Amino acid sequence: MDERLLRALAPTVIGVLVRRGADFASAEDAVQDALVEAVRVWPGDPPRDPKGWLVTVAWRKFLDAARADASRRHREVRAEAEPAPGPGEAADDTLRLYFLCAHPSLTPASAVALTLRAVGGLTTRQIAQAYLVPETTMAQRISRAKRTVSGVRFDRPGDVATVLRVLYLVFNEGYSGDVDLAGEAIRLTRRLAAGIDHEEVAGLLALMLLHHARRPARTGPDGRLVPLAEQDRGLWDTRLITEGVDVLQAALARDRLGEFQAQAAVAALHADARTAGETDWVQIVEWYDELVRLTGSPVARLNRAVAVGEADGPRAGLAALARLDPALPRHAAVAAYLHERDGDPVTAARLYAEAARSAPNLPERDHLMRQAARLNVLLRG
Amino acid sequence: MEPYRTEENTMAKYLLLKHYRGAPAPVNDVPMDRWTPEEVSAHVRYMQEFAARLESTGEFVDGQALSPEGTFVRYDGEGRPPVTDGPFAETKDLIAGWMVIDVESHGRALELAAELSAAPGAGGRPIHEWLEVRPFLTELPTITE
Repeated sequence: MDERLLRALAPTVIGVLVRRGADFASAEDAVQDALVEAVRVWPGDPPRDPKGWLVTVAWRKFLDAARADASRRHREVRAEAEPAPGPGEAADDTLRLYFLCAHPSLTPASAVALTLRAVGGLTTRQIAQAYLVPETTMAQRISRAKRTVSGVRFDRPGDVATVLRVLYLVFNEGYSGDVDLAGEAIRLTRRLAAGIDHEEVAGLLALMLLHHARRPARTGPDGRLVPLAEQDRGLWDTRLITEGVDVLQAALARDRLGEFQAQAAVAALHADARTAGETDWVQIVEWYDELVRLTGSPVARLNRAVAVGEADGPRAGLAALARLDPALPRHAAVAAYLHERDGDPVTAARLYAEAARSAPNLPERDHLMRQAARLNVLLRG
Repeated sequence: MEPYRTEENTMAKYLLLKHYRGAPAPVNDVPMDRWTPEEVSAHVRYMQEFAARLESTGEFVDGQALSPEGTFVRYDGEGRPPVTDGPFAETKDLIAGWMVIDVESHGRALELAAELSAAPGAGGRPIHEWLEVRPFLTELPTITE
C-alpha cells in the first residue's frame, strides 16, 4: 500500500467534504476514520481509484456520525446529494487547510498537531508517538484545537508567517518514533511551495533541504553529535544541497529578504565549503547581521558571535558575546568554544562543564561533557 | 524487603532513581568532566545498551534524564500567582533521572539496578553508583479477600 499517496490525499478529501457542507471538525474526523480504514483494507484489496474510495468512505462516515449526533438530539438530518467537486479546487482546499491548522488562535503545539493530522494525513497514534505523549493526550489536543478554530471561516487566506512557523517547528523536532518529522515537514513545505508563490516559503524549503542534506553526517554511529566542523562532508546529500541552493537563489532574486532566506543563506555557505577551513565566515557574519536586523533574535546574535569569532578571531567573538545575556541557552557553550580558541583551556573546560549541566538534551550534554573531559585530560598533561 | 503481594507470579513495576545528590557516595567517585572523552563515550554507550537490552527482554517501560536546574513551587491562595523558590544549592536530594522497569520479581529489579550501577566511569571501572529502587503502588486487585 502506498502510504504516501494515502496521506497526500487527506487534505484534498477534507476539502471535498467541507465543500459538500460538512463542518471542518466533522470532515476532519471522518477523513481520519477513512484513513485508518484504508490502512486496514487497502493492503488486501487495493482500490482502483484511491481518492474516490476515500471520498466515498469518508462521506459515509461523516453521514453516520451526523445521523448519530442528530438522533441524540432528536432531530432529522437531511442527507444531501453528493455534488461533484469543481475542477481545480483541490489545490486551493489544501492551501486553506494549511492556514486553518496554523490559525493564530491556536497554541504552537496545537497547530503542529492539527497540521500533521489534517494536512499531513498522519494518524493520532503516529503523532502521539512522534511527540512522546499518550495517544489519548494527543487526541484531546487535536479535538481542542478543532474546537478553537470551529468558528473560523474556511475560505479566507491567513498569514503565511504562521504557517511557516508551524512547519519550522515540525522540522526542528527531527526524528523520533516511527515518523520522520523532518521529512514530513519537507513534504508539507514542498506542497505549500507548489501552491503559493512566496519568497519566504521558498526560503524555508531551502533551509530545510540544506539542513536535511547534512543529517547523515550530524550523528556518529553510536548516536553522538558530530559538530559541523568535524562532519564528514562526503556524507552530505549533494542532490538536496543542489536543490536547496536553487530554491534559495530563486527566492533571493525577488529581493524581498526574510528570516528563513537569511538562515538558508548561512546554511548554503556551509554547504558550499568543501572543508570546514574553506567556510566563508565573513559572508556568514553579514547574513547574521541581516538576520539580527530582521528578527532582533538573541539566538541570531549568539550565532553571530560564533561567526564573528571565526571571521575576526576569538577575541572579537568574545567581545560580541559580552554584549549578550549570559542566561541565553547555549551561551556557556559558545563562550567555552571561543575561550578555547583564544588559548584559555582552563576557562574553556570550566565553561564546557557548566554548559553540559545546562544542556537542553542528552546528545548535546554528552558532547559538551566530552569537550570538558578532553580539555581536562590536556591540562593534566 | 520484598513488598507484600497477593499474587506471586505477576509483573511489577519499579522505579530506578539516579541522583545528582542525596545518594551515598559511589565507590568510583570522580566527576564526569574529569574522565577521558573515551570514558564518557563508553558510559553513554553502556546506558544505551542497557536500555536496549531491557526493551528486548520486555522489561523496559520508560527512562528519562532530568536537568539539574529545578524550581520549588507552591500555591499562594486564590487569584495569586504561584510562589516559586530555588533552585536550592543545598537541597539534599537532587534526582538526575529515572528508569521504570516491569519485572517478574523484586530480586530481578535489584539485579537490574546493580547492572545499571556497574556502568563504567573514570578509568573504565564501574562507578558502583547507589541507585534507589522503589516499587510502584499497584491498582486494586479484583479479588481482595
